Amino acid sequence: MKTWDAIVIGGGHNGLVNACYLQRAGLNVLVVEKNEWVGGAAVSRSLTPGFLYSNCSYVCSLFRPETMRDLELPRHGLQVIAYEGGAVLTRDGDYLANYRDHDAHRREFARFSKRDAEAYDRYARDVTRQCRFIQPLLMRTAPDPTSLKPRDVGELLFLARKFHDLGPSQMAETLRFWTMSISEFLDEYFETDVIKANFSISGIIGTALGPMSPGTAYVLLHHYMGEVDGSVGAWGYARGGMGAITKALSSSFQASGGTIRTGAEVDKVLVSNGKATGIVLANGEEIAGRLVISNADVKRTFLKLVEEKELPDVFLRRVRNFKIRGSSGKVNIALDSLPEFPALPKDSPCYRGDLHFTDSVERMERAYDDWKAGRWSADPFLDMMIPTTLDPTMTPPGKHFMSCFVQYCPPKVEGRDWTDADRDAFAETVISQIADYSPGFRDRIVHMEVRTPRELEAEVGLTEGNIFQGELTFDQLLFNRPVPGYAQYRSPIGGLYICGSSTHPGGGVMGAPGRNAAAEILRDLSKSNTQMSPAHDVI
Amino acid sequence: MGKTAKKTSSPYAGRIAARSHFRTLRLDTPFQPRIDALMKQNDWYSWAGYRAPASLWDEELEYFAIRSTAALFDISPMVKYLIQGPDSEAYLDRVTLRDVTRLRPGRVQYTAWCDDEGHVLDDGTLFRLTEDAFRLCCQERHLPWLLDSAIGYDVSIVEETEEIAGLALQGPTSFAVLREADFDGVEHLKVFDLAGFEHQGGTVTISRTGFTGDLGYELFVPANLALSLWDRLMEAGQARGIRAIGYTALNRARLEAGLIVANADFSTAEHALRPDRVRMPDEIGLGFMVDAKKGHFNGRRAIMAARDGKKLRHVLVGIEIEGNIPAEHAIVYHGKKKEVGLVSAAGWSPLAKRNIAIASLVRPYGHTVNDDLWVEIYAMRELKYERLMKRARIVPRPFIKLDRRTANPPADF
Amino acid sequence: MTSSEAAAPQASRWNAKSDVIVIGGGHNGLVCAALLARSGRKVLVLEAAVEAGGGARTEEFAPGFRVSSVAHILNRLHPDVVKELSLEAHGLKLEPATHISSVSLSTDDDPLVLTGAYGEGLLGASDKEAAAWKDLRAQLFRYAGILKPFLSRRPPDLGGRMSMAETFALGQTALALKKLGKEDMRDFLRVILMNVADLLDEQLTDNRLKGLLAFDAVLGSHLGPRSPTSLLGLYYRLAGEIGGRAGAQTVPAGGMGAVTAAIVASAEKAGVVLRTDAAVRRIVVENGRAAGVVLESGEEISGSLVVSAADPSTTFLELVGPRELNTGFVRKVGNIRKNGDAAKLHLALDRPPQFAGIDTTGLRGRLVIAPSTDHVERAFNPSKYGEFSPEPVMEITLPSLADPSLAPSGACVLSAVVQYAPYRLREGWDAGKPKFLKAIMNILERYAPGIGKTVRHAELLTPRDIERRYRMPGGHWHHGELQADQMLMSRPVFGAEGYATPIDGLYLCGAGSHPGGGVSGAPGLNAARRIIALER
Repeated sequence: MKTWDAIVIGGGHNGLVNACYLQRAGLNVLVVEKNEWVGGAAVSRSLTPGFLYSNCSYVCSLFRPETMRDLELPRHGLQVIAYEGGAVLTRDGDYLANYRDHDAHRREFARFSKRDAEAYDRYARDVTRQCRFIQPLLMRTAPDPTSLKPRDVGELLFLARKFHDLGPSQMAETLRFWTMSISEFLDEYFETDVIKANFSISGIIGTALGPMSPGTAYVLLHHYMGEVDGSVGAWGYARGGMGAITKALSSSFQASGGTIRTGAEVDKVLVSNGKATGIVLANGEEIAGRLVISNADVKRTFLKLVEEKELPDVFLRRVRNFKIRGSSGKVNIALDSLPEFPALPKDSPCYRGDLHFTDSVERMERAYDDWKAGRWSADPFLDMMIPTTLDPTMTPPGKHFMSCFVQYCPPKVEGRDWTDADRDAFAETVISQIADYSPGFRDRIVHMEVRTPRELEAEVGLTEGNIFQGELTFDQLLFNRPVPGYAQYRSPIGGLYICGSSTHPGGGVMGAPGRNAAAEILRDLSKSNTQMSPAHDVI
Repeated sequence: MGKTAKKTSSPYAGRIAARSHFRTLRLDTPFQPRIDALMKQNDWYSWAGYRAPASLWDEELEYFAIRSTAALFDISPMVKYLIQGPDSEAYLDRVTLRDVTRLRPGRVQYTAWCDDEGHVLDDGTLFRLTEDAFRLCCQERHLPWLLDSAIGYDVSIVEETEEIAGLALQGPTSFAVLREADFDGVEHLKVFDLAGFEHQGGTVTISRTGFTGDLGYELFVPANLALSLWDRLMEAGQARGIRAIGYTALNRARLEAGLIVANADFSTAEHALRPDRVRMPDEIGLGFMVDAKKGHFNGRRAIMAARDGKKLRHVLVGIEIEGNIPAEHAIVYHGKKKEVGLVSAAGWSPLAKRNIAIASLVRPYGHTVNDDLWVEIYAMRELKYERLMKRARIVPRPFIKLDRRTANPPADF
Repeated sequence: MTSSEAAAPQASRWNAKSDVIVIGGGHNGLVCAALLARSGRKVLVLEAAVEAGGGARTEEFAPGFRVSSVAHILNRLHPDVVKELSLEAHGLKLEPATHISSVSLSTDDDPLVLTGAYGEGLLGASDKEAAAWKDLRAQLFRYAGILKPFLSRRPPDLGGRMSMAETFALGQTALALKKLGKEDMRDFLRVILMNVADLLDEQLTDNRLKGLLAFDAVLGSHLGPRSPTSLLGLYYRLAGEIGGRAGAQTVPAGGMGAVTAAIVASAEKAGVVLRTDAAVRRIVVENGRAAGVVLESGEEISGSLVVSAADPSTTFLELVGPRELNTGFVRKVGNIRKNGDAAKLHLALDRPPQFAGIDTTGLRGRLVIAPSTDHVERAFNPSKYGEFSPEPVMEITLPSLADPSLAPSGACVLSAVVQYAPYRLREGWDAGKPKFLKAIMNILERYAPGIGKTVRHAELLTPRDIERRYRMPGGHWHHGELQADQMLMSRPVFGAEGYATPIDGLYLCGAGSHPGGGVSGAPGLNAARRIIALER
């Protein structure tokens, strides 16, 4: 039987990034994927003839440029098309647009408030300052504060020095910022509700928190970090849908000699004498490997794929206590023509960006209250876009594909499992919100795919349907992610690693966990790591 | 939502009407038709979101219009705030560095204002229009700061950048142009004086101020009277060599005058991302504005503490560099080895015939240690850097001093 | 000019160098004043009301009925305050015999009783739950113990200007953390900013217990148990101690006024002069330095130091005024979140209410209506939108059972802190107050059937009322939200976090400063220590 140098469980973007780096470092790597296709949550699927759906993740924003370069993704076909704008449509028939041009942005805000228009620069400065502090941490392994190893102590000192360099008043601001809610943070800058709603969006996407929850100001950074080093087209569509990213990754992986097996669901990780020795597939087939790296979330990995007896109690307790918390759903719609939004001028660049219909922080927070009560939001928050306005290749000519990310949507409905009727009712909530702003919208629908956390878990393998493989709260960030003591991609089992979004720095189609995990694995193997270019400077 | 969409309340209607701005990313100023007509180079740049001329017809001749005849420069994109109310004097005295109680109606102050830590937010000109009304002109936008500073004062603050058009008329014949244009009484304006003059049934505010170090005036007028004002000046100035100019020429003149530009020669506190980039007034040559004798003003404690504790880290100086090669963005050295600062603006002064620059140095260099300073110039010549190490001397600003700037009555050239 | 003004002494300038004027005769102002007087300074306390005590007073709210008007339970009076002011010698009784239990009520189940100091014993729970609680309780106290020393220090100085002793104290905390052991330290670092609901769900199953703990964590704050950082509120509660027992609580005989009386006695003995009915209109600032105060009467009093126990917003924006301050600082002060969510209910009852399943000892304790974490969370939701909880949560005491002097013979006083009652009620409290009272009475009726018919008089103090009566803007007993972003160096705002302020000679000593409110005296204690260190 062949023994692989490394087996990566799960062909999501982080698993593929990890596999690419390991393969390029000279290991013989196998990726096993339960679906018949790779991509995990970054996929393009043809669900109705002629239409390609980015049916899970929908925006390319955070993917690390260093990784794109290292793995030669542009050569393997990746093209990212930048958003041209975005807007929040308001209930009074107007809208608030986000324009790329700085002065247009200010003038747009000035339509609502001259004060807010002139407050934007200070807001942007303050958020950028916070981003600049946190961004270098993305591509570093989080230090263990309880460890006295020189490397951990060194990293902690690095953090302390960076913090100290901020100077007293900025240090105080940073401490305050980390625990604020996005709503409170915005209150300190802006007076107009729709402007606050507009900026709140990045504080809540993907989390089971409302804009008034402490800690959501930090989540905002998580969504902004992709832009800080000025990578052009930081927010955009991948041509051919999000699957284009994982397609390019698998192409890069295979070009460097890696092997992918699809339709291969993993049942167990084989452990012998506290060391991983391979995997068993659902069909009983055993595959031997010297290393096993799991792209699955921390719960799935350690509570389903590894036998309990192999793990220490304190570790198991912490894994069980890890909060995953699905909070979102996805509605993917094939349209026979471009929907009209009468509020938005036909030549507005906002059609080629993301559109929202939640024009106040209160509406967002009330949507969250529904989630807390175990219901999907009656008046949900939508992050809606029509990628075919920029990439017509995804549909037949003149037709369109619409992606709606919907928050909030609970993993269970009032404590019970989702039913098909629930799912349909959930979809109806979404459709009716869009139809309120887009007359005739329903008539344009050709096909629709509705994904509640039930479908996201069953089809994509995201526990509870959480897109970040675990909440981005303080108790699950940095050295606490996924669990204290094992925040460096290793596990209590020798040779078993995790590389998914459950690990630092978390979710989004960023690829940083996969890359950081590869760095740690190569360090353990004492392999040189020349394939990995250093993280971009923030100067 | 259809039910509420038909609101006709005025703020809403105004909001809807303003939507189309996204189709024109660079705004036109009220003078744009005249400038467009004179624009031969199509050399535009964006000044705070406005389409502004870098150069109209000949950059060098435009400069000489400033120094030899009269130059007309559109300053409408300057950010303008109208500050009114019984407490406006006390309010501005607390916001800005200088003593506003000593600024009489009809006078102008060049001033600056700071955040709590004493870091400069901007510099600008403060026009005292009447006892209770001021206009503040500056480069950056400050409405939230000005409004939040107004808590506890009976004062109103209105942003009026788009509503008020502005022109700088600068150069030796500028006074003669205004007199020919029948602005009677303009001869009484001493430097930093202002007065209102009749124009087409409205008022044009003329001040004897400018950004060139030359005899010159600035004129502010409601936007709807802008074009007729332009025409009035151009007609009157025909015989006096009036020329419209762009920023490149003005920038040369302002360097000769030793004047600094926010976010070019120093970083304003609300824009600086890096904690060490902010500057106190004493660090950018504006220490003279700080009035220690007046009451509380914003940043006072920090500024005084930095002075007392000798914690000022930088100094902005004028330097003269041997030779004639401009030292733009050159690094300044002490003893040719130790890096001590950076040149933020530099050029050959056609008037002074000196190679001049404005530089920010780390103290004590430029402050108490003024000898053995050098600049390293990388001069790109036909795809090759000519690297020059040139001696630099700290010299007083302005680099040129023109008696005609302040002469009374103003000279009739 | 009125006759009283004419009679007021003209500019009674006290010229001695150590003169201190303390604004506000609440417990923090008095503690600070007493300690400063003991350091040899001549101290004058100016109290706006007719009696001292601020939010720690015993007042008559109906003929013959008296009650502790804002704070009604003593659970965190700092031991250094008790000791340095010799409060027990001045009549304050804190021994264990006076301590009371907590009872969590439920309509689905018998009451759950936490006996001893914060549940040393647990009555009415399963053995398994009792064991789980024992572990959790030990953990909570262990972690709260790490944070406890911070209560009696000024916040760490981010500028690094710390004395040897202060630096050493920080080192001690690092050592204490290390001493927890690796795994415990990891758990500490994981949970510190967590929400209380998750921690409870991880370790407990009993809804009554979880409800009570969740309630205690969010009491006095604009957070629900599911809000991240809400666990800090529980740590804050458990860092308190009474009579040397961590987590203990007591209802002093004579009500909270008795605590104030002891502090006043100690202060006066130290030489503090207390003037009541002397509201301060403004603080006089000359050349950037506090020079004295002007009273509402027009009287001017000068002093070389002014110490304000008033809340930071009032102190800076009204008493000093924005003209003497910097805009960024004014902004920060304006951004302090300080709108309270807690209302206070006082009922004059014909007879003691009948709470099912509670014995006499239990009735003398603290009764909590917070039947589950979710219930508390649901009560919180409306407050975010300026609506009161239709099903509020509350803690109730019946102080007249232990101290019959508070009510006419046979009658009973009920005192309850009720959440959530947002300061800014959208419909306005004039319209909302009767509705909210009705909602509270509905709940009480559910737990103590028949109580409604025995109500002789009901007084509901909304945050608006508390603001007006006790001069606490926003009606917030912490003088500003006590959440992570308004703690330590950010309390009340950076720039005034170490009791000193941007105005020389002006200090803060109230609940708006570190570590926060509750009848602890800690801000007053820390402020006095800081003033003594800086103003030699």
